[in-house]
Amino acid sequence: MVTAHIRTRNLNLYFAQNHVLHNITMSIHTHKITAMIGPSGCGKSSLLRCFNRMNDLIPSARVEGSIYLNDEDIYSSKANVPQIRTKVGMVFQKPNPFPKSIYNNVAYGPKIQGKISKSEINDIVEKSLQGAWLWDEVKDRLHSPAMALSGGQQQRLCIARALANGPAILLLDEPTSALDPQSTAKIEELCLALKDQVTILIVTHNIAQAGRISDYIAFMYLGDLVEFGESSEVFTVPKDPRTEAYLTGVFG
Amino acid sequence: MHAKERAFVAITHTAALFSLTAVFGIIYSIFREGIPLFDIVPLSEVLFGNDWYPTHAEAPQFGILNLFAGSLLVTLGALIIAIPLGLGSAIFISEIASPKLKEIAKPVLELLAAIPSVVYGLFGMVVLAPFVRELFDLSTGLNLFSSSIILGLMVLPIISSMSEDALANVAKQLREASLALGATSWETITKVVIPAARRGIVGSILQGFGRAIGETMVVLMVAGGSAQIPKSIFESIRPLTSTIAAEMGETVVGDLHYRSLFAIACLLFIITLITNLSAELIFFKRNKK
Amino acid sequence: MNLRKIYSVSGRFSMSLLFIFTTLMLFIFLGSIFSKGYKVLSWEFISAAPRAGMTEGGIFPAIVGTFWLTLISMLIALPLGILCAIYLYSYGKPLWFVNAVKLSINTLAGIPSIIYGLFGMAIFVNMLSLDVSLISGALTLSVLALPLIINTAEEALQSVPKDFSEASIALGAQKSTTIIRVLLPSALPNILTGAIISIGRVAGETAPIMFTAATFYSRKLPASLGDEVMALPYHIFALMTEGSKADKQEPIAYGSALVLLTMVLGISFFAIAIRYRMRRNKQW
Repeated sequence: MVTAHIRTRNLNLYFAQNHVLHNITMSIHTHKITAMIGPSGCGKSSLLRCFNRMNDLIPSARVEGSIYLNDEDIYSSKANVPQIRTKVGMVFQKPNPFPKSIYNNVAYGPKIQGKISKSEINDIVEKSLQGAWLWDEVKDRLHSPAMALSGGQQQRLCIARALANGPAILLLDEPTSALDPQSTAKIEELCLALKDQVTILIVTHNIAQAGRISDYIAFMYLGDLVEFGESSEVFTVPKDPRTEAYLTGVFG
Repeated sequence: MHAKERAFVAITHTAALFSLTAVFGIIYSIFREGIPLFDIVPLSEVLFGNDWYPTHAEAPQFGILNLFAGSLLVTLGALIIAIPLGLGSAIFISEIASPKLKEIAKPVLELLAAIPSVVYGLFGMVVLAPFVRELFDLSTGLNLFSSSIILGLMVLPIISSMSEDALANVAKQLREASLALGATSWETITKVVIPAARRGIVGSILQGFGRAIGETMVVLMVAGGSAQIPKSIFESIRPLTSTIAAEMGETVVGDLHYRSLFAIACLLFIITLITNLSAELIFFKRNKK
Repeated sequence: MNLRKIYSVSGRFSMSLLFIFTTLMLFIFLGSIFSKGYKVLSWEFISAAPRAGMTEGGIFPAIVGTFWLTLISMLIALPLGILCAIYLYSYGKPLWFVNAVKLSINTLAGIPSIIYGLFGMAIFVNMLSLDVSLISGALTLSVLALPLIINTAEEALQSVPKDFSEASIALGAQKSTTIIRVLLPSALPNILTGAIISIGRVAGETAPIMFTAATFYSRKLPASLGDEVMALPYHIFALMTEGSKADKQEPIAYGSALVLLTMVLGISFFAIAIRYRMRRNKQW
């Protein structure tokens, strides 16, 4: 179990001339699930991708401000970005397992970290698959193709793959929007079980889902962090009229 | 880990540099050997002179006009064969053939494209030329006519595959719209699909032109070899490429004849470069749409 | 209405005719080479050296020469080409350099093969004093093959879904690691198909080796990179245009053409078959 504290300070994101995120300052509570919600285009996915510097892959993206992972700014010029990404894992909206075996998918992270001991890797693979509630379903076919799994299984595989790096934080970008209701339910339960291991930051457009699993809510609107607080409070007594409007379905 | 990344970047960049080096190497070598010719023989005499007698002892002549005419004529002849057959095959594959038939038809064109040029030349020499000679009662079948046919066969797959690509890229919705308005399928093909694909088709013809005018073995073996402007299609010709190939063995490195052949190569390079760049421009414009 | 329908049917029919005519030409072509060359084929033909001034014996040295020329040129061109394609796909900056490289590749692809031959002669044979030899020919052929390999490798890389690269980066992999462990393995089948097609092309070229490597007759097989070699394409050409005994040499030329054609077409079939199987087994 790894603990790390992550927070942003005056974070601004630009895509060329587009000012996409305005001065975001927030502190993520460890070993809790924080859900980022808001109407489409509010910037929640872009913000999520700041936490592991995946926005770097977009040529027109520019970041001002800081994100501190354990008091070190991940946007400093000295930052070791690939290292950061092993500590801040990500699961994408559309499951994207490699066209490799189940085993090699999960083992990918440890292998590129330089682990070579077969027994050590076997251990990690098993633990990660167990952590993602996939072990029992695949333990007899670890070397079969990952892409033969169902959508829900593939997504749990992607979670296992991210867990194999031993991250402190797991970023989930609308992880269930491409899945059927049963798989969705399973993954939601999984998140609840995982938060003792990793801090979870989840982007979702499904308010009900946020209500079901989150401890904290961050409501975003047009690039601003409008409200941040405990879910129980935000859902019942939102402080900002825009939050209330969104939660009651005035706009969606 | 950073060192490995830097090394990898260096290696890939170096490999990319090689392609630049190769082009410059080719340009440099050709022009270095060929340009000195023009110190001795004026450019206008070379470009517009009719007489190609490079081995004449006292007064060698280096006029390439007849050779150039030969190249143009055989290329034109090849395109006359290749465009209908190539475009027709492309239309057949893209618009008419069923999916199963497509799987059989495409390999036909791919096979034609894979045949080495020397084998085309052999076929021209031993099968087509005697046939033409018999059919038209000539003294030899090695002439403009026969070489145009073989060259056309060779260039056909280029036109066909690129045109087929262009046709296939035309959006399905366009075809559906046309049919929904009551047009027949042939009208759809001629009035909607082909116009939509015309940039790609023109590009393919340019590529075919470039390939034909640069081809050596076929014309070397089938065109006859006489450095005259032909008075009929059944006369023999000698294009630029076969001149180089046929005579290079007889030259001494560095002498005037040697240089003149390199000078021809320079001209050939410029022609194919212009053709290529034009085709590129046309394709580029198409992609921008 | 009827007239339009007639136009449509006859239009479509004429396209089919054009295609059938093309196919017919292919069959006549292959058929004549096959029937003329078949008579000459024998085990001795393939395994023995030529005798009696090219009028008897076999073409084994030419087969060997073609083999070596192709192998060495591909050993040079494949790694260079794949690395260059990786550069174009993954590292595209600075922009002026990328555009220069792309322009170079397109130019190389359009250069007539006789100019490659002259280039090879001027640079490898003369300037670098490598003489008419296996290595000169192989180097020349490798430059010819380069644009082919780069283009198919680049296409192959582009056809790999971006999801895979994204997942790899998110797991903390460097760009080079992602390329080596995820991109290349996924693109490999398509790269291989392109490489195989390039092999077929290189094996059949005559003009680039005419002045750089090939000889009509050599007594022994090439023992080193510096030796001249016989090669199938050149052999066919020389048999038909040099030498004095046309009636004896012609059949050998057909036989050689048949062997070359079988090699080249066999390779093409192989590539088409691999491509077909890969499409069926595709995991994504």
